[in-house]
Amino acid sequence: MEILQGKTVCPGLFAGPLVIYASPNTKISKTLITPAEVPQELDKVRQALDSVCAALKQIYEKTRGSLGETKAAIFATHKQMLEDPDYRDSIRTMIAEELVKADFAVQQTGEKFAAVFTSMDDAYMQARAADVLDISQQVIVALAPAATTTLATAATPYVLFASDLKPSEIMQLDKTRLGALITAYGSQNSHTAILAKGLGIPTVVALGDLPNQFAGNISVIVDAYKGNVYLNPDATQQKVFARKIATEEKNKALLLTLKGKESITKTGQKVKVFANIGSPADLSLVKQNDAEGIGLFRSEFMYLNRSNFPAEEELFAAYKEVAAALQGKEVVIRTLDIGADKKATYFHLPQEANPALGYRAIRICLSEPKIFKTQLRAILRASAFGKIAIMFPMITSVTEVEEIKIIVETVKADLRQQKIAFDEKIPLGIMVETPAAALCSNELGKLVDFFSIGTNDLTQYTLAMDRQSTSLGKFFNAHHPAVLKLIAMTVDNAHKNGIWCGICGELGADLHLTEEFLRLGIDELSVPPSRVLPLREKIRSLS
Amino acid sequence: MHSFNYVITDPVGIHARPAGLLVQEAKKFTSAITLEAKGKKADVKRIFALMSLGIKQNDTIVVKVEGTDEAQAATALQNFLINNL
Repeated sequence: MEILQGKTVCPGLFAGPLVIYASPNTKISKTLITPAEVPQELDKVRQALDSVCAALKQIYEKTRGSLGETKAAIFATHKQMLEDPDYRDSIRTMIAEELVKADFAVQQTGEKFAAVFTSMDDAYMQARAADVLDISQQVIVALAPAATTTLATAATPYVLFASDLKPSEIMQLDKTRLGALITAYGSQNSHTAILAKGLGIPTVVALGDLPNQFAGNISVIVDAYKGNVYLNPDATQQKVFARKIATEEKNKALLLTLKGKESITKTGQKVKVFANIGSPADLSLVKQNDAEGIGLFRSEFMYLNRSNFPAEEELFAAYKEVAAALQGKEVVIRTLDIGADKKATYFHLPQEANPALGYRAIRICLSEPKIFKTQLRAILRASAFGKIAIMFPMITSVTEVEEIKIIVETVKADLRQQKIAFDEKIPLGIMVETPAAALCSNELGKLVDFFSIGTNDLTQYTLAMDRQSTSLGKFFNAHHPAVLKLIAMTVDNAHKNGIWCGICGELGADLHLTEEFLRLGIDELSVPPSRVLPLREKIRSLS
Repeated sequence: MHSFNYVITDPVGIHARPAGLLVQEAKKFTSAITLEAKGKKADVKRIFALMSLGIKQNDTIVVKVEGTDEAQAATALQNFLINNL
């Protein structure tokens, strides 16, 4: 068995036999023609270009029908590229003047135009080189109809492995038995990725090449939630996977009966059941599980696994994507919660004896206002595109909240001055995850618009037990009365101040506590997307 | 000749999707349509030339339209830019 780690494009689970897709991407050698053959070669290439344009028009129509205009537009752009006079001139000139065969002229031209994008100074434009190579490859295939794609037809649902897959290839694949898609290369930002997501096929990219011994007939498990691919999984893996599949199946069944229904008890008490997410990649899960909003958007992901601070634009684009996708449903974005177990080297965080009690989260943001303001600006700008609320982590005192509010006001004033749109009434809330915040929740409640209880940290700080420690098992009680008392106190104080209170930690999804939380009058429970429907089912069964 | 300025608001600039649609829009007219930005110039009916300008958010572009249907073309392109970029 071997595990490959890649990047999730479209989450999902699937197990099946592996089928390897061989892209018809062979290097074409230079073959010369005689001047007399030029007209015939020009004619051939014109026909090939026109036939690919016609095919692209069809793919465009088909994709627009199934995935919408936005996702289909890339094929309209591809068609414009093939109709571009400079592109066509380059091919014709090569054939007529260098006396080369059409396929070679197309390949060279594709590479030349791709190089223009590769040399540009932004990552988005560089990635467009793949588009030019894709369309050129399609013309080459059209020039040699014999060289068709070599995709074995499988009788059972399968996992497709490709070195990389082009947007046109994914749309042309027969998807009836395509269970999952995995690629050695490719990126999460490619048009192929966008299309795979739209099609809802579990997809993992950037896995690297398959190890040699796995080239033959093997079975694979694709966990496209985590980006893991198990080659020839062992019995344990298969068991774990079977359990995961069962949960997913159960949720699918629940969805049929619970989709669009309210999370309401038999006696009419309503609770908002929201989802926790870590990146825009989780949006499909939010939709799939019919969450009523996002109660916790962990914003760390864009800061981790990189070597420099993300730019405001990059953050803004991600927040905007999430806000817009939720179509008016609430999205609670938690500001940077870095430090403790989540480290990024470029922050140059100090080595500490007790990182969980150290320089982390809001403490970093309030010490380095520049980092904080960049994120706040991005969130505020995105608030013009949906219903966003901002939540601050690791609060312990009134002073911190007052300081935060001053900074938020400064950022708002700048935006106003620059005439940049944002939601003037954007709600500000805090995580209640320290005993100090819970004990001061009456005072804090006067300053903010909502509370969300982070039970993981609240438990660890209340019990003085490291949640990552493996030796505290018998001492650790997730339902400790001290924690439940702090939760009750927080909910009471929220309501006393006329604000709502939710839970976004693991306890929120604990069905043994749902009844207790409802009794306390909790307003919102934010849980991992896969737990939304079981929780809604539980709430609807209570009276 | 008709000419107008426009400041790009799209966070990604003139990226692949709207670029294709912009070319498509320009091709509906017979007038010659050029776009200038950052000291470089491109024919709006040529997607590679257009995209290689690398136009980003907040860049000011100058669009010049010349030909028999220049008035309609200028209005149509201005509307397109406002709605898409």
